[in-house]
Amino acid sequence: MTHPTGQQITRDLVRPLLLTTWRFYVMIALFGAFVVAGLVAWLSQVYFGFGLSGINWPVFWGFYITNFVFWIGISHAGTLISAILRLVNAGWRRPVTRCAEAITTFALLIGAMFPLIHIGRPWLAFWLIPYPSERLIWPNFRSPLVWDFFAINTYLTGSLLFLLLPMIPDFAVVRDSTTGIRQKIYRVLALGWRGTPKQWHRLESAMQIMAIAIIPVAVSVHTIVSFDFSMAPVPMWQTTIFGPYFVAGAIFSGIAGLIIAMAVLRRLLHLEDYLRPLHFENLGKLMLVMALLWGYFVFNERLVTYYGNGPHEMAVFWRTQRLSFAPLYWTMVVCNFVLPLILLGIRRFRTITGCVIASFGVVIGMWLERYLIIVPSLGAKYLPYSHGTYTPELVEVTITVATFAAMCLLYMLFAKVVPIISIWELKAGEHPSPALIPPATEKHQLGDLHL
Amino acid sequence: MKAVYGLYTDGASAQQAVNRLRAAGVVDADITIISGQPMEDQEFGHRDKATWMWWLACLGGLIGMSVGFGLAWITEMSWPMNVGGLPTFAWWPNLIIIFELTMLGSILATVATLVVSALLPGKGGALYDPAVTVEGKILVGVENPSDDAVPELERSLGAPAGALVKMQ
Repeated sequence: MTHPTGQQITRDLVRPLLLTTWRFYVMIALFGAFVVAGLVAWLSQVYFGFGLSGINWPVFWGFYITNFVFWIGISHAGTLISAILRLVNAGWRRPVTRCAEAITTFALLIGAMFPLIHIGRPWLAFWLIPYPSERLIWPNFRSPLVWDFFAINTYLTGSLLFLLLPMIPDFAVVRDSTTGIRQKIYRVLALGWRGTPKQWHRLESAMQIMAIAIIPVAVSVHTIVSFDFSMAPVPMWQTTIFGPYFVAGAIFSGIAGLIIAMAVLRRLLHLEDYLRPLHFENLGKLMLVMALLWGYFVFNERLVTYYGNGPHEMAVFWRTQRLSFAPLYWTMVVCNFVLPLILLGIRRFRTITGCVIASFGVVIGMWLERYLIIVPSLGAKYLPYSHGTYTPELVEVTITVATFAAMCLLYMLFAKVVPIISIWELKAGEHPSPALIPPATEKHQLGDLHL
Repeated sequence: MKAVYGLYTDGASAQQAVNRLRAAGVVDADITIISGQPMEDQEFGHRDKATWMWWLACLGGLIGMSVGFGLAWITEMSWPMNVGGLPTFAWWPNLIIIFELTMLGSILATVATLVVSALLPGKGGALYDPAVTVEGKILVGVENPSDDAVPELERSLGAPAGALVKMQ
């Protein structure tokens, strides 16, 4: 395997933007069809009413809120991971960051759509915006749903800018590599970028500041999403562990999403020289740590509930451990803990294929986790008359499947118009600051290591 | 615009050209350097490093914090609502709003500083060659030189091995 440099990097990474195969159109048509099906399902729900869905008293949160929490979790893949890797100056991050940041943006857009779908009357969604409604009062600032509005919008704005800023120099590369209308479009997108030392320094400073700012915002977003649950008097929801538990779960599912996206891009765009086994192995190790952390949080949550032995909490506890939700619960444990432990813990299995299989398992497991937090608890609340069940209907399943297709569609279109690996960052790896090269590394490079 | 510039394949040659221009009496402010990636391993890559961006990000954060506090304070005091015995202006929940807007202010200030200080077209700044991005060359040049100085500049820029000197 060769290490591409200079012109080859430009050529390889601009090529997917200029050449389009029939496979691309087939996939766009396929994912587009699912998205259209989802749109039809949603419009029919709007037209015929919420009765089309399986949501009913007392389980008012079903697939839609599960999807909301799941996609917000997936969004932690990008900006947070990218920001951390940037700050610690991990050299191997360079081919990974843009793939990751794009996931964040699209996952957030999809996730933020679900409250609109869930409210049933999307034309009243503006009531969530902090301005006086027709009742002449402002939204309640003490409600976690309003906190969601602020947190998600801040994270979305930050993530969009965090994705866009390092794209500017690459737009300039595409501008200079193309002709005609395409060149005109990329000239506008490149914002007059030339590549003077001043521009590079300002860009790098901006990225550093944003990385510092975005990490606490990312943590706050999922903590606040967890507050949607832990602030409510519902069995097994009111627990102090929910904040970090949700954040860890979000990063966990985010890494899984990133590994899948990278593997697909590697295969479809022939990026084998850039997305190397090393990147998958490193992300696999990170996912293994998150699997252990997830197991630790679940053990804590379960053990404390078990020792507390409250009748309502135990009712939910046994519903998931032994009764109707047990098959889903144990599938979740296998997918989120057992599978990653085997495939990522044993070095022989920590290959690209192993990492991808483990990632698919984690994505399924984390979706189930969100579902199992919401539905069993809402179906067995404190008052005896507020017990019930929930069965998802076709409209919810269709919309859920459509969001996965929408993610694939957006990602494919993005990879078609933007170099999916940051060209300048990859090249910058060839010119690291001397201050960033530790003396020991220099010795290694010289090849005479004296112990 | 008139300009004379050289294209170099590596950072060391570009650095040599910059040094020769300096030796020929060209001040740093008149030397244009353009590269396809940050050149941190060369001295010229550290030009124009000083920036107020960090302070402006802090200022943006302070403005965001004030907006967050103001929004929460004004709305809650103007339309008092009794929620579970919490005070009308409750610090704990409002800290979340204040925190998010602080961070948003800081992020927006950073981006605004970047756009204003590095992306808006300033004085001069028209010298460019697509070979920088497409072929990975490093451009070192002087914009609007006096006619008398051009031969000397061409000699300085052409001195490093593999240099390609051009006029624009």
